[in-house]
Amino acid sequence: MNALKKFLGVIWLITGPLTMAFLIVQAIQKVGLTHTDIERTNTILQWAIILFIFFPISIGLVIFGFYALRGEYDRLPESSEDI
Amino acid sequence: MSETLPKNNIFKVIGASSLGTLIEWYDFYIFGSLAVIIGHQLFPEDAGASALINTLAIFAAGFIVRPFGALVFGRLGDLIGRKYTFLLTLVLMGGSTFLIGLIPSYKSIGYAAPILVLILRLIQGLALGGEYGGAATYVAEHAPKNRRGFFTSWIQTTATLGLFLSLGVIVITKNLLGAETFGDWGWRIPFLLSIVLVVVSIYIRMKMHESPMFSKLKAEGNISKNPLKESFNNKGNFKMVLLALFGATMGQGVIWYTGQFYAQSFLENTCKLDFNDSRYILLWGIAFATPFFVIFGAWSDRVGRKWIMLSGMLLGIIFYRPIYQIFLDDTDFTKIEKADTFSSTNVSTAVLINGTQDILSTLTTKVLLKNGASFNIIQADTVSATKGLLPGKAVMKDKVLPARVFWKFVGLIFFQILLVTMVYGPIAAFLVELFPTKIRYTSMSLPYHIGNGVFGGLVPFIATLIASFAGATPLSGLWYPIGIAALSLVIGTVYLSNKKDERIND
Repeated sequence: MNALKKFLGVIWLITGPLTMAFLIVQAIQKVGLTHTDIERTNTILQWAIILFIFFPISIGLVIFGFYALRGEYDRLPESSEDI
Repeated sequence: MSETLPKNNIFKVIGASSLGTLIEWYDFYIFGSLAVIIGHQLFPEDAGASALINTLAIFAAGFIVRPFGALVFGRLGDLIGRKYTFLLTLVLMGGSTFLIGLIPSYKSIGYAAPILVLILRLIQGLALGGEYGGAATYVAEHAPKNRRGFFTSWIQTTATLGLFLSLGVIVITKNLLGAETFGDWGWRIPFLLSIVLVVVSIYIRMKMHESPMFSKLKAEGNISKNPLKESFNNKGNFKMVLLALFGATMGQGVIWYTGQFYAQSFLENTCKLDFNDSRYILLWGIAFATPFFVIFGAWSDRVGRKWIMLSGMLLGIIFYRPIYQIFLDDTDFTKIEKADTFSSTNVSTAVLINGTQDILSTLTTKVLLKNGASFNIIQADTVSATKGLLPGKAVMKDKVLPARVFWKFVGLIFFQILLVTMVYGPIAAFLVELFPTKIRYTSMSLPYHIGNGVFGGLVPFIATLIASFAGATPLSGLWYPIGIAALSLVIGTVYLSNKKDERIND
């Protein structure tokens, strides 16, 4: 199980930046598809919210993956006293 | 200490905590339930679908700031105590809700209307971010160690009961005033009513005592000096915050908001169900499913929290698309034969479009079917002074379901809320047991509110956005909650432990 935890750690490390890249590409595409100024403003606003929120979460996923790869989750604390 | 608390006292603690939390959820939900009407009030009349998306964005903004509320009020709760912190959040929440009910419409003050509502919505989100962690921690710190899941699950019911209460108040107000008056100014009443509920709750909470574990820590001089630093600068604690977020609360959040919010939005906006029908379906589903919060909470005391929560996520991943396909198929009235029609009446209106010589001609055909179902077909054409007749597209809406399909939908909503009770019933006990007392309020609040406020709260917004993409189907929006729940399921299965930490007074 510990080997699987570490292997998946690599997946989470990669998933964070990939998700951000996917969202940025989507944002550029969707803004490019707009026809009017109001539509463009709305689309930029919507995607700015999404990118603003998911950027720090993606970083969190990368840190989670890094910890998993380093074996930090191989043994979980038995109680909150162990933290 | 907590083990010796008399049973009637723990129920007093639960009652006082739950009532305040229930009111906060009520305040928070009426905005989402009235998104369509508020959209018309806050934005220009010709904004169309973007009014709904922007209103949902304001709704989502309330969720997005919840993690910041968790940090601000979590820190306060770990420094000055649980009792006074969640009194403050209650006042902020109630005051903001009351003021939303007083905001003039776009017609009166232009774009100041949505901006003011956005500010109040942000305050609501901050307050809610501080409320839940306080209530869950407060109850858990009073509960006996082997029944923590059972007692904290009562707090969990309030999120659903708050929605139930908000829907009930909305339906009753609308039925009393009529649809037109309700859309005009009646929608403000559910917001204004909240002030009464908040005053009652503040009175009850004022009479509560501080959590015994926090009081003990304070007496011993062991409270945290900097809860934020101790929560997130300590690697041992921070890695558990990340695990709680990605392995539990993220998946739990999307399952919750799909079942309770996206379902209603889908029935009303995609299936074009009648306003009352869609709400009655949700009300019945919630009423039948709510006891299961306590059942799954109590069960988690015996078998552990992990597998109950992850099973809820797995069932959501498997069944969401089939369930929503049934919603679509059963509300597709386009294939109805003439022989099925009981009666059909036409009402036509013509109005001058503001500032032009053009006329908007609307033909509403009310169709009643033999099986008891009914719907309206609305054909709106523009008669232009310069271009002649510009025919619009006929839209079928206000669908009322036949009894058999209505109860089938109630069953499908019940099933979705049942999944909510599986993921949400045990989560408070799970989070409380993960972190030490002196930084518990801060540490558990952040993953909870990122999972629920951000991942969950954005379900209606992102799913509606995905479904509006070119080439998307009405079911495309579901890939968001399904994908997030699947990711959380994998992380939870591999990394989470099913062991309960029975000693939380550390």
